[in-house]
Amino acid sequence: MTLDIFKEKGTPLDKQLFTWRDLVKAPTSKLDDDAFTRVRIILMNGLESDAVRFSHATARMMNGDMRLPLAKVRRVEHHQQTMVNWLLPADLSPLETTIGFEQVAIEVTASVALREPDDYMAQVYRFGLLEDFDHLYRFSALMDRVGGGDANNIIQNYTDIMPGRPTSEEHRAPEDDLREHYVSAQADPLTKIHAITITASENQTHDYYMTIGPMFADPIARQLYAEIASIEEQHVTQYGSLVDPNESPLEKWLLHEAMEVYNYYGCMMYETNPRVKEIWERFCNYELGHLHMVMELFQQMERRDPAEILPQTLPEPIDYQSHREFVRETLNNEVDLRASGTQFTHKDDEADRSPLSIAYREQMNSEGSPSETIAAGYTWTPGTELVQKKSAFAKGASA
Amino acid sequence: MKSAAQQAMNGNRTGIQTAPELAEELIEGAKGAPPSSEGGIEDIAEYRGEYITEGYPIGSMPMLPVSEEAEAEEEEVGMAVLLDKLSERLAFERMGTRLYEALLNKVEMLGESEPGPTLEDIEHIGSEELEHFLLLNRTIEDLGGDPTVQSPCADVAGVASMGIMQVLTDPRTSLPQCLQAILTAELTDNAGWELLIKLADNLGQEEMKAEFEEALAHEEEHLQNVRAWLSECVLEAAEV
Repeated sequence: MTLDIFKEKGTPLDKQLFTWRDLVKAPTSKLDDDAFTRVRIILMNGLESDAVRFSHATARMMNGDMRLPLAKVRRVEHHQQTMVNWLLPADLSPLETTIGFEQVAIEVTASVALREPDDYMAQVYRFGLLEDFDHLYRFSALMDRVGGGDANNIIQNYTDIMPGRPTSEEHRAPEDDLREHYVSAQADPLTKIHAITITASENQTHDYYMTIGPMFADPIARQLYAEIASIEEQHVTQYGSLVDPNESPLEKWLLHEAMEVYNYYGCMMYETNPRVKEIWERFCNYELGHLHMVMELFQQMERRDPAEILPQTLPEPIDYQSHREFVRETLNNEVDLRASGTQFTHKDDEADRSPLSIAYREQMNSEGSPSETIAAGYTWTPGTELVQKKSAFAKGASA
Repeated sequence: MKSAAQQAMNGNRTGIQTAPELAEELIEGAKGAPPSSEGGIEDIAEYRGEYITEGYPIGSMPMLPVSEEAEAEEEEVGMAVLLDKLSERLAFERMGTRLYEALLNKVEMLGESEPGPTLEDIEHIGSEELEHFLLLNRTIEDLGGDPTVQSPCADVAGVASMGIMQVLTDPRTSLPQCLQAILTAELTDNAGWELLIKLADNLGQEEMKAEFEEALAHEEEHLQNVRAWLSECVLEAAEV
């Protein structure tokens, strides 16, 4: 990517203005827009949500000098999130949006795993990827069997709908969810950008499921959201632990802003909807404005050169396309991996190496497994499994 | 002529024929991957069953008004059912008024079209929905009930019709799409008034029955009109 983030100053903060009408534009079309436009909207909503989350958490721990700049940028980030999230249309149901969230988790994480320069980090992304891949299958079964809908209407053929690492086996003790963190002084900037991006995205997924889970009437749906939200919490724990805790708050802020520039720029490069592309371009410039403001703060307050942290030009963006082959290959090679401490092991060794996770999982699944129940005997079929059903109310879906 | 917004669209992408090669890979992959557990939808029924047998209701009616006339316990039971269904109708008519306001806004912006309702037609129906709402308010008060209560049936009716308002207030929906949604409301409304008349009759509420028969006559006319406008719009669009 040729964007020189030191040279490009973007839009100054005092020129980053909105109106309510500007924030709420005509939404995208669930039916006609490309699935990757929705993927980008869901991702960028997640990143802005994390910008606000990070800013609040930092402000609570910082002295007076930082509180105002954080509040000023946070207000803009909040409105950026609003404009992005409101691009989702009203006919996109919570379950359909969920399918979109899982498509993000699969395709974006796959791209990140492929581009990640650090082998251990790449392994972590592949590990998480196979879990979100399974969630798509479980939620597709829910959509088919409880809502009478076809998940492929949302994913538009790009992403496979089949079991991954079974969700019922993803439940782990916290001891097996933490990972090794990168070391800031040595890590490639892309490694840092990846870790913050995926943590942010998974955090929003968690928060979304925790918000909409109770909106469902069916007990199986309520339980499935409870179960998968729990895995998303594990994922936030996993990905969040990749980030070096020794970075100063300002260094983290600088990286967050660079991550947002990187991602808006990537969205801009790939976007097929001209109206949405304009927003990515506008917000890429807003983020450059934020980045330069934080660079100055970094210089003033820490007496450090931002060039120590940031690359001159940004790395190649996330690749917004189907990663079917890579995902299948990963599935084939790594579906039986399980976590053991910060490392990975084969499932045959899990009982010996991760006894706490086994005990935790047995406890959680002891009154039944919603993710197994919803997809019992389920194979995704175009037009839903009812297409192959010969008579209504016969036992079994294919009866 | 298509608007700029319409021209920007590339067509519907939701079906498998949008990308046949990708679809083939998807189908072949799904077929080749065995489910992680055996069984079928009957397993879901067990989950539902467990909660159903716990027996928690949506909610309940408030304490019944003390009525001097309600001498027998059966009458109190009947009154509770009547108040619940009256509250349901009230909530529906109140929403119906707002539905027609939304439809009015849409037709005002798009302009009256032939076939389709005139602004006057919409205002007429909307006014009658409001009259019915006010009638139900008075009826509940006359029975000693509280018209501001959201009864269990009112609540469930609200859940059932949640999508209708979404369709009407979405700026992107067309007039025929709105009429289709309103048809759902009007069909339900007609059946609702018929049931209320039967209930009032069986409970010996003669005056109430007569008033409700008048409301039903309005609703029958609404239904007939909405059905006709929708049918004409769709046939016209199909050029048949």
